[in-house]
Amino acid sequence: MININDILETVNMIREENLDIRTITMGISLLDCADSDIDVSCEKVYNKITRLAGNLVKVGEDIEAEYGIPIINKRISVTPIAMLVAVSGGDPVKYAHALQRAADTVGVNFIGGYSALVQKGFSAGDIELIKSIPRALNETSNICSSVNIGSTKAGINMDAVKLMGEIVRESAVLTADRECIGPAKLVVFCNAPEDNPFMAGAFHGVGEPDCVVHVGVSGPGVVYAALKKCDGDLGAVAETIKRTAFKITRMGQLVGSEAARRLGVPFGIVDLSLAPTPAVGDSVARILEEMGLGVCGTHGTTAALAMLNDAVKKGGVMACNSVGGLSGAFIPVSEDEGMIAAARSGDLKLEKLEAMTAVCSVGLDMIIIPGDTPPEVISAIIADEAAIGMVNSKTTAVRVIPAIGKKAGEELNFGGLLGEGPIMDVNLKASPKKFIDRGGKIPAPMQSLKN
Amino acid sequence: MKKTVITVIGKDTSGIIARVSAECAKHKVNILDITQSVLQDMFVMVMLTDIDSLDCPFKTFSTEMDTLGRELNLEIRVMHEDIFNSMHRI
Repeated sequence: MININDILETVNMIREENLDIRTITMGISLLDCADSDIDVSCEKVYNKITRLAGNLVKVGEDIEAEYGIPIINKRISVTPIAMLVAVSGGDPVKYAHALQRAADTVGVNFIGGYSALVQKGFSAGDIELIKSIPRALNETSNICSSVNIGSTKAGINMDAVKLMGEIVRESAVLTADRECIGPAKLVVFCNAPEDNPFMAGAFHGVGEPDCVVHVGVSGPGVVYAALKKCDGDLGAVAETIKRTAFKITRMGQLVGSEAARRLGVPFGIVDLSLAPTPAVGDSVARILEEMGLGVCGTHGTTAALAMLNDAVKKGGVMACNSVGGLSGAFIPVSEDEGMIAAARSGDLKLEKLEAMTAVCSVGLDMIIIPGDTPPEVISAIIADEAAIGMVNSKTTAVRVIPAIGKKAGEELNFGGLLGEGPIMDVNLKASPKKFIDRGGKIPAPMQSLKN
Repeated sequence: MKKTVITVIGKDTSGIIARVSAECAKHKVNILDITQSVLQDMFVMVMLTDIDSLDCPFKTFSTEMDTLGRELNLEIRVMHEDIFNSMHRI
């Protein structure tokens, strides 16, 4: 029989340390749904999603019951919708409604993929889709959108960066009566992964199989609890994180392969991420503080986060067959109890968060900024973040929420996993408008002479 | 053979094993191994069971166990054995 202490360790991780499978995400290719008539195309999209994912929620719930491990979200990612718009033309928001209808029918809480990939330029359908994002996010509730505006191989499309600054703001304005929820479902990427199971940035890349199941694990609370018992040097801390990440990820591998078997589709990847929630005891910031920082955001935070991120990957890689997605520690401010506290006390600032994103996944995530932040400043924030990703060959992203009509110090509350948080200060002293207005491209960086 | 692990955690009282095993017998769940101890001031019992002949849906069985747990002021969980194997064995 399995060792009683091992059994209790697992049970305690679930009972007390918030261990869960954050998401089972089914990736579905919609390329075969494209039709020159947009209404026919939308109907095909609805039919394909409901056919393939009809059982997704039930399978998730069955596994949850049998294995006793909570599976928080069941989600779907689809082919970037801009590709369908390229064929069908018409108002892209029709696709958003078709996706929403499918989400309601199968009972998933998010469908991601209202997306466009424009890192090197705009092709047919891209501009139309991007311009429709604010309306799509306003008229639907469970659809997520993302736009990839740069990559290490292509450089940064600064025309898209300029446009996205305006789109983020417009999306906040349209949803100002609902805590500006629009941009909380919109991610601007550099080096977007094509197999990411996490929202809001999930979409199903064109290199993926027709249908596939990915799993995103969680577990900041488990790492935090393990570190509480560790009083060795940083080598011992890294070792503890590795061992814990291994255990968490094994669970993801088990649940993912079982879900794929029951759904009759291939198992894709496990995303080795530490994904926090606003619940007490499920925070990445508190892990950094347990490592020895007085508060998340103080000097030393970047180093601690770099070590945490690396150790999570090292522990997780051996635990599963295939790793992918965003894999790393997430630092979404409004979704992390410790980050919210550090932002409220003024210890965690936007500039420090930007530095932190250089060493972890994913980027400036769920950051609430003053409502009067001009679009060109949002674009400049996106450009800075994309540059970090482009130069360091990593995924970076920006998900900022302009709080329309509010100022630094006030708060927004999105509810649920999206959390709540204070409006963070943005440096508005000098304008980057001329730089952003130049447009064009930032060329792809050198891959040698690394200094 | 499909095996599950039943864990019972809480304050020790009389008749815990009797009640839990009665529930198992009622649903044709065979107890393969049983161990108990007091860890960190808590009564802990772990049962390894064979559910091949289970006479109701798994969910019904685990819900009934959960209800029994509430009645006895204990936490009873029924979990597939694989979750422990995958986490603690390479």
